[in-house]
Amino acid sequence: MIIQILIPLVILGVLGVIFGSLLGFASKKFAVPEDPLFPKLRDVLPGANCGGCGFAGCDAYARAVASGEAQPGKCPVGGSACTQAMSTILGVETVQEAPQVAFVHCSGTCEATSDRFQYHGVLSCREAAMLPGGGQKACAYGCLGFGSCEQVCPFDAIHVIQGVAVVDEANCKACGRCVKECPKHLISLIPKDTKVRLACANAERGKDVKMVCEAGCIACGLCVRSCEAKAIQMVNNLPKIDAALCTGCGACAEKCPVSALHRVTQEA
Amino acid sequence: MASILTIIISSVFVNNFVMSQFMGICPFLGVSKKLDSAVGMGLAVTFVMTVASAFSNLAYTLILVPLEKEYLYTIVFILVIASLVQFVEMVIQKISPALYSSLGVYLPLITTNCAVLGVAVLNMQSGYNLVESIINGFAGGLGFMMGIVLFAGIRERTAHNRILSCFEGFPIALISAGLMAIAFLGFQGLV
Repeated sequence: MIIQILIPLVILGVLGVIFGSLLGFASKKFAVPEDPLFPKLRDVLPGANCGGCGFAGCDAYARAVASGEAQPGKCPVGGSACTQAMSTILGVETVQEAPQVAFVHCSGTCEATSDRFQYHGVLSCREAAMLPGGGQKACAYGCLGFGSCEQVCPFDAIHVIQGVAVVDEANCKACGRCVKECPKHLISLIPKDTKVRLACANAERGKDVKMVCEAGCIACGLCVRSCEAKAIQMVNNLPKIDAALCTGCGACAEKCPVSALHRVTQEA
Repeated sequence: MASILTIIISSVFVNNFVMSQFMGICPFLGVSKKLDSAVGMGLAVTFVMTVASAFSNLAYTLILVPLEKEYLYTIVFILVIASLVQFVEMVIQKISPALYSSLGVYLPLITTNCAVLGVAVLNMQSGYNLVESIINGFAGGLGFMMGIVLFAGIRERTAHNRILSCFEGFPIALISAGLMAIAFLGFQGLV
């Protein structure tokens, strides 16, 4: 009886030991030398695997940097500290890139705009945007407010507040997930120090905008005339601010009759 | 000679592992987006199936039969195949890093690829000897490779077609796989 149990145990045990030692030998024999830079670089990276650098994850990016295919400084999460550390490991000069932040180009809150109909479908912007007219919002350009961006954000940095997505700039790492997710293409990455920002994407003008949203840009052009630096031009019925010329005086934001232009006061 | 030809035709066409026995579907769907990685996966599976057939046959006839412990075949085959795949993975990583990175996570998955375990079990159940087992394993691998390469060709052609958005990606791949399986029904009764 006990023999009947012992024999299979011995067979499997012996086989296991033989295969194990063969594999152990093979792993020495066929060991692939790893780039010594790779583990160091990987340790510096934050390990968020958000894909903001354009690679499949932190491992892939570290490997690409180690083999010289990519430059340090692509990691939006680690920011300048991470770039500094990677450059030190590689022994190259730090290339500083201006920190970026995601920004939602819409201010159509529940108060400012309204719904054309009641939507009872799947609570996802992508689904809603497939409806005729591009969703339930009266403004065909505006934020649908179902929070698809909120769901994809790995850093809990974007939230739908009063029907419009708002970026929490302290937490935003500019990985660009929400930019890709938004079916209305309302979110873009802008330099963090951009002083005046346009929170509207409606390309109509005047009455057509006023009918659907009180906070929408009506393309009146007051901002263009009020700008002393001549940094603003009207493109597609929306003001386009030349960042190189803008002094951040905020005259345009003060003049704007619908407050679609925001002046951001930076504490830092 | 005639029986060997029968084995080959049977496992390449009639009892094709993917198309009529539905084994090894995971790599079949996972690595069939590009033709060249499908060829690599097909070659890896063919190789593993051939070697697994040989070693599982040896393990069965030399260890289990003399000791009258035939009922242990499943766990012994798993042990043999898992060690083999580990070994193949190490060799591929050393010899061809490009193939290694293109196969990615699917190479360890060959371990749990039921086509590999299936061929070992089928060899044993059909009472094949060593030579017949090796031939059956090799032909089964060839059949798998033919299936995955044909399928990758179809997926490459349809990748940029305008497809209803609800069918994009895996749904259309599953539908084309089903159509291919129906086409392979035509070989039924050949052997």
